[in-house]
Amino acid sequence: MVPFLRKRILSSAVPLVCVVLGVFFLARMTGNPVDLYLPLSATAEQRAEFSAAQGFDLSVPAQLWNYLVDAAQLDFGTSLRTGQSATEMVFDAFPVTLQLAGVTMLLAITGAVLIGSLAAYRPNSAVDRIASLLSMTAASIPDFWFAVMGVLVFGVSLAWLPTSGTLGGPEVWVLPVATLLIRPFGVLVQVVRGSMVSALSAPYVKIARSKGATPRRVIFGHALRNAVTPVLTVAGDLTVGLVNGAVIVETIFGWPGIGKLMIDSILQRDFAVLQAAVLLTAVTIFALNILVDVCHALTDPRVRQAVPA
Amino acid sequence: MTTAETSAAPAEDTAPARNRPPRWWLLLGRDRAAAVAAVVLTSVVLVALFGRLFIGDRAQRQDLDASLRPPSLGDGVYGLLGTDVLGRSVLARLIDAAATTLSVAVPAVLCSLLIGSAVGLWAGYHGGRRESVAMRVADVILSFPSLLIAVVVLYVLSPSALNIVLILAVARIPVYLRTSRAEAAELRSRLFVDAARTFGTPGRHIIHRHILPIALPTLLTVATLDFCFVMLTESSLSFLGIGIQPPDVSWGLMVAQGRQYLQTAWWITVLPGLAIVLTTVSATVLAAWARIATDPAQRWRLTLPRKRRGASAAVPPEMTP
Repeated sequence: MVPFLRKRILSSAVPLVCVVLGVFFLARMTGNPVDLYLPLSATAEQRAEFSAAQGFDLSVPAQLWNYLVDAAQLDFGTSLRTGQSATEMVFDAFPVTLQLAGVTMLLAITGAVLIGSLAAYRPNSAVDRIASLLSMTAASIPDFWFAVMGVLVFGVSLAWLPTSGTLGGPEVWVLPVATLLIRPFGVLVQVVRGSMVSALSAPYVKIARSKGATPRRVIFGHALRNAVTPVLTVAGDLTVGLVNGAVIVETIFGWPGIGKLMIDSILQRDFAVLQAAVLLTAVTIFALNILVDVCHALTDPRVRQAVPA
Repeated sequence: MTTAETSAAPAEDTAPARNRPPRWWLLLGRDRAAAVAAVVLTSVVLVALFGRLFIGDRAQRQDLDASLRPPSLGDGVYGLLGTDVLGRSVLARLIDAAATTLSVAVPAVLCSLLIGSAVGLWAGYHGGRRESVAMRVADVILSFPSLLIAVVVLYVLSPSALNIVLILAVARIPVYLRTSRAEAAELRSRLFVDAARTFGTPGRHIIHRHILPIALPTLLTVATLDFCFVMLTESSLSFLGIGIQPPDVSWGLMVAQGRQYLQTAWWITVLPGLAIVLTTVSATVLAAWARIATDPAQRWRLTLPRKRRGASAAVPPEMTP
């Protein structure tokens, strides 16, 4: 297990470094923040002073070096917009997105496993056809449109749910979670169904059935455990994709999460906050990928053994 | 994705004359949902190709007297789906947007399909260091949310249709790279590849002649499915205001523009969203059909008559369930 983990951590660290460096250079190319933050009437001295205070007058490699040295000391600079420490802003926003994503993935995986298995138990039955069509539709609806429609129907016309904001009881969660949920749910139902269909046609399922195991035991005890590998992989990828959805959902519903923070930082050239947010997201995704690999290794002995080769 | 269909057909024609698989349109007729999806997609493509010839400047022509008119049958063809706040016909704008949306999605999918599968087949066939470098690059691209990369890059490069195509193409290359690498890595140890190698066939010919034809159906299916993803990302970008820029119009941009009139004029927001959903759902349904139709082990699901009556069911005995 330990050599397996070490190998995976090393190979996943490469993308992490690339992403952090990439965002550093790309952010520098979006234009000089001095133009955005100082009034047009600012004198040349004022501009130079602002640049020097923020370190923008240095060459890009020098800026990168400063950034890396500070980051090693867990200092990610201060926001140009608010003057707050970037670390603080990012850690304020992060739990919001994490909760949103956690609830969404929990619901998506549970629902998809139940419905997908049910559909796979009798391929081409009415249940299967309905589940397939619904999941395909769910996976193909644009999330921003779904959110706007939700606001129109349940927020404006029926007035059952709040149209935006995070204040209030559980009802504020309904529309954002539903919006984030549809795509992962739709994709996962199809993946669970596909891998369950092949697992259920395997010889060991026939044996389990012939010795009199109940359908529930056959599905959840025998087939699901073998069908779980592709589901895990796709669920990991979908969780990365949730950040895409979080940008949309947090923008539409006004949630102060990391997606909205990143979009705002890009639009306002708030480099320090953008880099801190990207770094935290990248580290989370990195940890998530490791977690998925560990789950693979735990559920499938072949993965563990394949590593030394 | 009619392009995918038509190019899939000749690939089937090259199969040996004996035991040739049934024509693709017959298989399409067996699956009602897929047939409807094909009709919807074909009409979207036709509208995108020729719609602009008919509407002229209707998509941009303003008429402030006719602002925010609801859909009605009384205002002629262009009033059929109502007007937006500047009195522009929503129908004309939908047609104009169809062309813009497809002119971003189709080139992006084709670029990533070509580059991704070429590199993937090459890496998978040769293996070794080439394979691991290609896979690492794919990991880097895939390990980051595509929408955020697109946002950062579009902010640097200014949002034009060409830049959106480039970013979406790069962001989706790993999907084809992984699929085609896996196919090629599996096929390279097959006997017919060994045989070709013993006769001294150069690597690129083996990839082109022996590996590509087998991997192609899978790749085209992935491309059809990916078309949805690309379309959805483009509309999300346009919705966020960093995709297609006015005066051009795409379906995602129309949703964004209509959002502030949601309470008074639902049609401006609802209709373009419906257009997106119809197109993407059709592509998904068609991809699901293509996966079955191109898989010899599953094709019987489409060739077998529904109630298995009549003598026409010439199914090999091992395939009868």
